[in-house]
Amino acid sequence: MDIHEYQAKEILQGFGVTIPRGGIVYSPETAENKAREIGGSKWVVKAQIHSGARGKAGGVIVCDSPLEVAQATDKLLGKKLVTNQTGPEGKIVNRIYIEEATDIEKELYLGLVFDRASESIMVVASTEGGMSVEEIAKEKPDSIIRSKIEVAVGIQSFQARELAFGLGIEPELIRRASETIVGCAKAFSELDATMVEVNPLVISKQKQILALDCKMSFDNNAMFRRDKVSELRDKTQEDEKEVYASDRGLNYVSLDGNIGNIINGAGLAMASMDMIKLAGGEPANFLDVGGGATPEKIVKAFRLIKMDKKVKVILVNIFAGINRCDWVAEGIVQALEKIEIKVPLVIRLAGTNVEKGNKILRDSKLNYIEANTLEDAANKAVAALRK
Amino acid sequence: MAVIIEKNTKILIQGFTGKMGTFHAEEMIKYGSNVVGGVTPGKGGQKHLDKPVFNTVKDAVKHTGATASILFVPPAFAADSAMEAADAGIKTCVAIVDGIPSHDMIRIKRYMRRYSRNEKMTLVGPNCAGIISPGKSMLGIMPGHIYKEGRVGIISRSGTLGYEAAEQMKNLGIGISTSVGIGGDPINGSSFRDIIEKFETDDETDAILMIGEIGGPQEVAAGEFAKENMKKPVIGYIAGLTAPKGRVMGHAGAIVSAYGESAIEKVEILKDCGVTISKNPSVMGDTVKSVLEKM
Repeated sequence: MDIHEYQAKEILQGFGVTIPRGGIVYSPETAENKAREIGGSKWVVKAQIHSGARGKAGGVIVCDSPLEVAQATDKLLGKKLVTNQTGPEGKIVNRIYIEEATDIEKELYLGLVFDRASESIMVVASTEGGMSVEEIAKEKPDSIIRSKIEVAVGIQSFQARELAFGLGIEPELIRRASETIVGCAKAFSELDATMVEVNPLVISKQKQILALDCKMSFDNNAMFRRDKVSELRDKTQEDEKEVYASDRGLNYVSLDGNIGNIINGAGLAMASMDMIKLAGGEPANFLDVGGGATPEKIVKAFRLIKMDKKVKVILVNIFAGINRCDWVAEGIVQALEKIEIKVPLVIRLAGTNVEKGNKILRDSKLNYIEANTLEDAANKAVAALRK
Repeated sequence: MAVIIEKNTKILIQGFTGKMGTFHAEEMIKYGSNVVGGVTPGKGGQKHLDKPVFNTVKDAVKHTGATASILFVPPAFAADSAMEAADAGIKTCVAIVDGIPSHDMIRIKRYMRRYSRNEKMTLVGPNCAGIISPGKSMLGIMPGHIYKEGRVGIISRSGTLGYEAAEQMKNLGIGISTSVGIGGDPINGSSFRDIIEKFETDDETDAILMIGEIGGPQEVAAGEFAKENMKKPVIGYIAGLTAPKGRVMGHAGAIVSAYGESAIEKVEILKDCGVTISKNPSVMGDTVKSVLEKM
């Protein structure tokens, strides 16, 4: 789960990280007042969407008066911002963060992620802040320094100090820099985060160490014990169909193609998408209804696929293990008595009692195309599309 | 002997009296697995499915001599149960449960470092289908009848894609020595490498089919291990050719975030390691067959 910049900043502030003065607004009217309340003579108006690279997309505006702050807020609110991370449809701006402008002396990069190879938390830092970590890795790989956190004991002061010295930070600021790094690491460990990124982490002309932009992601599997974090979820930033799916226990990812998929198991779902591609088609989605493929999940899956107007053909591929094909077939027949499908439907069943399952489908009033293997299913789905 | 589990391996069910635990314990017993009892804290002393229930894994091990366990406890309590099994001297523990937080998985693995290599439990999963040695024992939730007895080892992240492979092989008359589902989570108990190493020394396995997917470094690590250390042929398939970068594809671990983690990159690296690649998921069985014919 992702959260907004201002939410990440609030969290990190609670762990001892210094952030510039700022506040959140939802309307231009309140923006002017908020700017006065924050004080100073220069402000940055920042669109809050779940994406990086907002500056390049016009989502960050520097203002010289409270009036300009109100105008900038008016301009951004309700707008769909398209960045290189949002996809062409962009993300809607419903919240604006207003912040005092910072006199920047130096921009640094600080990130924490799970390192799957060493199965620990890795701190990544660089003197080349402001660029994305991918760009840094490509253009200035030598500037990157890393430190592995032993999760059982957490980050140690010496590790934070080594990183701070490694970044070339001047001696009188080392202590604050170390505290900032330790704060981010504690937030990561204590809140079940999967990513913390402060980019840029800046040294201001006034010699403050400030988190100027922050991103945090959290482990969805840990939300049961993170009430406060899970309240920060902003569904307006997620694909409507993906929200519908996640609220109903389905694993769904919206894609650009036009062949809709209903499949049980994540691996089989990915494999089926691959087969569609190899057959010359493009999948409209990834959808895993769970290994069991219960009738309830199948009904929900058809409702979900129906929401996607791009879908021109639906491919159902179920490998019935413990749950037999005849039972799955009955589930499909019942689902389609409730939901009308107007596009061609290809169904491939495999596994336990496959003959019985196919017989139930054939004997039903269902208008569908039967397929036997994975390859057959993908070919038939693509052929149906071309008719 | 079969790799990891044997015909008579004594099995405990953790989370025995729950709905999931009961259902799959019955399936395992039907298959012929030697289920000797289960653990549900607070229900010790009762009988369930004619087997004894214990309060703690230690009690259960003491009274039954069990060496393997399978977890059907909710994700919030799964880490605790896995560590309890490790501490009670269980040798093989399969965690079926989907949804264990990554931080918990790391904690389990750090906890297990207190045991020496010989005493250390093999944890398989989480978010997996478990282990089956066809005709011998099933420590998992797979449909046992699709696995024919034979001499090919399977390692798969995905459950249903592993079933797909087993069925394709069965239809071609190819049997399986052991199939291990290592699960779809980013941090798991046993990696492809851990299991492939066991297959290399297993005298009942001639070749290994490795079914991987996008995300993480494990498939490549196994390929590199195979290149350096293995004599048995390895066949591979990587799912997720069409998966967009940066998105989680169902399995928490199926996300491309670094070089070498996409399907195409993994396939290229595995080829360089001498792994025979199944070019699509419909020909996993055929690819295994062609490799076996050349042996």
